[in-house]
Amino acid sequence: MSAANKRVRIRLTINGASRELEIEPRRLLVELLREDLDLTGTHIGCDTTYCGACTVLLNGRNVKSCTVFAVQADGGEITTVEGLEKDGKLDAVQEAFAECHGLQCGYCTPGFLMSTRALLSRVAHPTDAQIRKGIAGNTCRCTGYQNIFKAVRAAAGGAGK
Amino acid sequence: MSTQPPSSGTTGKGRWVGQPLRRREESRLVRGHGLFVDDYKLAGMVHLQFVRSPYAHARITHVDTSAAAASPGVLCVLTGEQVAARVNPFIEIGPGCDGKIVDLPMAVGKVRYQGEPVVAIVAETAADAADAADLVEVDYEPLEPVIDGEAAATSKSLLHEPLGSNVNWHSQFEYGEVDAAFRDAAYVVHIPRLHFHRFSSTPLETNVVIATWNLKEDTIHFLSTNSFPAFAVQFLSPALGVRIDQLHMESWDIGGGFGIKITSYPQMAVCALASKQLGGRPVKWVETRTEHMLASAHGNERTFLDTRVALDKNGVITAIDSRHIDDCGAYPRYEPLGCIIWAQVLPACYRFRNFRVDFSQVVTNKCPVGPNRGYSRMQHLWFIERCLDICGHELGIPTDEMRLRNYIRPDEFPYTTPNGCVYDSGNYPKMLELAKRLVNWDEWKKNQQIARAEGRWLGIGIGTTLDSGTNNFGQARIVNAHAPYSGQSKAAIVKLDIYGEVVVFMGSVPQGQGHETVAAQVVAEVLNIPPEMIAVKPGFDSLQNVYTGHTGTYASQFAVTGLSAIHGAAEKLRAELERLAAFALKAERAQLEFGAGKMGPEVRVRGTEKSINYWALANLVNVNNAELPQSMEDITLNCRYLYKAPFTVPDVEKKYGNLTLTYASQLHIAVIEVDRETFQPKILAYAAVDDCGTQINPRIVAGQMHGATAHGIGAAIMETCEYSPEGNMLTATFSDYTPITAVNMPELLCGDIESPSPFSYNGAKGMGEGGAAPVHTVCAALQDALFSTGVLIRDSFHTGDRIFEAVRRAESGADRGVRVERRG
Repeated sequence: MSAANKRVRIRLTINGASRELEIEPRRLLVELLREDLDLTGTHIGCDTTYCGACTVLLNGRNVKSCTVFAVQADGGEITTVEGLEKDGKLDAVQEAFAECHGLQCGYCTPGFLMSTRALLSRVAHPTDAQIRKGIAGNTCRCTGYQNIFKAVRAAAGGAGK
Repeated sequence: MSTQPPSSGTTGKGRWVGQPLRRREESRLVRGHGLFVDDYKLAGMVHLQFVRSPYAHARITHVDTSAAAASPGVLCVLTGEQVAARVNPFIEIGPGCDGKIVDLPMAVGKVRYQGEPVVAIVAETAADAADAADLVEVDYEPLEPVIDGEAAATSKSLLHEPLGSNVNWHSQFEYGEVDAAFRDAAYVVHIPRLHFHRFSSTPLETNVVIATWNLKEDTIHFLSTNSFPAFAVQFLSPALGVRIDQLHMESWDIGGGFGIKITSYPQMAVCALASKQLGGRPVKWVETRTEHMLASAHGNERTFLDTRVALDKNGVITAIDSRHIDDCGAYPRYEPLGCIIWAQVLPACYRFRNFRVDFSQVVTNKCPVGPNRGYSRMQHLWFIERCLDICGHELGIPTDEMRLRNYIRPDEFPYTTPNGCVYDSGNYPKMLELAKRLVNWDEWKKNQQIARAEGRWLGIGIGTTLDSGTNNFGQARIVNAHAPYSGQSKAAIVKLDIYGEVVVFMGSVPQGQGHETVAAQVVAEVLNIPPEMIAVKPGFDSLQNVYTGHTGTYASQFAVTGLSAIHGAAEKLRAELERLAAFALKAERAQLEFGAGKMGPEVRVRGTEKSINYWALANLVNVNNAELPQSMEDITLNCRYLYKAPFTVPDVEKKYGNLTLTYASQLHIAVIEVDRETFQPKILAYAAVDDCGTQINPRIVAGQMHGATAHGIGAAIMETCEYSPEGNMLTATFSDYTPITAVNMPELLCGDIESPSPFSYNGAKGMGEGGAAPVHTVCAALQDALFSTGVLIRDSFHTGDRIFEAVRRAESGADRGVRVERRG
């Protein structure tokens, strides 16, 4: 095995639980989540960091986990879509997307939820322009974004209109 | 809970049907609990990766897989030739292609498009397979690529030599008195060339397959994203040499499809063969995005040549004569069905009766096409819309007025088109009126005057389109008289399970359209219980016996075919429950009412306290059945219903007949300004009006309409499958293809009207495809903005640089691409 493939040990906090893993240095964060930890809510939709289906929170910031090596996340705190629901209660962004029909096939949805969560953590009541910018790194092929705009507004405490 | 009268036989809206209920699918999807194929890990599962051709057209002179085969983790390596030795070529739908086009799962001898699979590697992990793929050596001898569809017909370079040319299909269509109409015309408008570009609706989830060839049972299990399993099995069964009942087709959640996932069967076949070779281990293949863009399927590209449009003195179109060349890429696969499917909407929304087209389809060294959202009709609808729009501008008739003079009138429905299709219902003038109100037409007209005075390019465009749904497979006979297809059908099962649970099995393959929610609404209406009391099985499973030869989700039809089957099955169950309850409660059937009580769903004797719940009814049949009289022996509580759409076989010689059951319509208006510095088109306002008959769930209808509109706007101004003259795909990643995002998508001003279909039990029409209204509308708005510059909108794709080129060409005094002949 070449040096490049020598496995390394990393420690992460994922959805509140501490995990220690031994991985190849080339392992992407999204692969670690999906393959090693079975957190399959985080999806892969492209190979050029365009679509954002793999968006997760790393130390509170939204990142595209297809463009982060797992070793780069060593010592970090990660939240995936599976970590949004607390004590059987959906997060406000999950509730808003469901209520506003802000999804159809649901493949891009985890990424949108994480970007929205990050946006609302930064700006409690974003303007329409801030909403567009906040989800600019996420692609949805089903909804035409109309109900996603509504959902983000609703999650921010607006009426979703 | 409910004392309402039974709702059996309900048509149109009801207590549940017609309500904008929240989708039940959201619950798992917002939790990240959707079950997509790539989320499955089966015991012993291994991973397949393709090595693909970098060339568009080349002979394969040498393949060396020895280093790859010796690479860590590699279990087997399959070349195209090895695969060819184990399968029969896929069937061809077209006539006269017997042996002339050999379509195999992987390239043999030569490659015909960039991205065509050449070698397959199976390894313990996806990373092992990827590492090994890098070690495969393939030598190619490049051949002359055939990229341009128009030039393909006469090119000496042939894709499929036995075919003798690159023309895959050719025929004439003629209806009415075309020559007489041109003789009597007040105006004849000549448009030498129009071109509809290649794009794809690119679902966010790519194609994924897990194939398991169970050697003990000799069955093949496909867990896949394929959205038309009935079609796939008809290709896979003869190719793999197995009976259709040996194929077990399954899907759960599918991450979007838009028709593109219909043609994934070649990769499914390779995975199955690999599984067999590995003793039955499950073989998973996950397409990368770049592979998807290069080699899954694109929408059809079409060129419209030598068009002549005849008009009377009022600008009413009386005839169109034209020559169309459809480019289907390297292998026909679903084609040449697209050579007839356009004829579902032959006159678009207009009244002309005389039409002639010389239609051919060519093969080129590009990705094979697939039935992309709006398939084949959108290209034709765009062509008719461009003809009408160009004629209106050339004759100086206001754009709204031009439409009103030509629309089929509301009192003419059901309207039989020149080729025998029956448009069920509609009201285009009313839609135009509503769209104008939504967009604030009068205000924008004033703004346009001001803008023009300031030298700005501001245009207002109207696009009217059709989403023909529930296709008659009999139209396949027009492209191949021997094709053993006709009609359209769907099956469904509604049953009462052992403890009285109502369970629905659908014969559809949903990809986000909310079928589970709508199915529950329909069954709830029949049984008069809340939808929450009804379980609907997600996804599709051929073992559930809910499939027919037409099973799949395509051609805008679930609201008609899928729901008719579910409704029929629910009615059968209701009738059985009523008979059982009459026996158990010692009452007449006419005295009974359905509803939900304290003990769940039940049947009651009206006006009394007597009732029996579903648990007890199910118990009578399933567990405690010695009590039942012989007269009730036929009751199974497992009710399957097969819906067959009311079609006949079209007249093949005359190319005449009803090709589609319902016609949803869309009318959009866009206001667009082209920046005079950057030439970028910017949408300032956008109105979208939809008419899909009775809406079963308005929330879902609106969502479908939004999505189709985004696809159309993206296609018109951002998305193209572009090839270099050498056949390199220039937009093979999302970063190059640039799918429309939240930053580019305008906020839509939406409205709807409802013209119920007389041909569906519920008045609904399929409406998932949207007819590419934005492509027509954006082009019309750009035409309106740029007409004064001399630009004629001849293409369906318009980025800033394309517009820049068009304006420069017009300014240089080049031929405008249109000529008006004025008679008398």
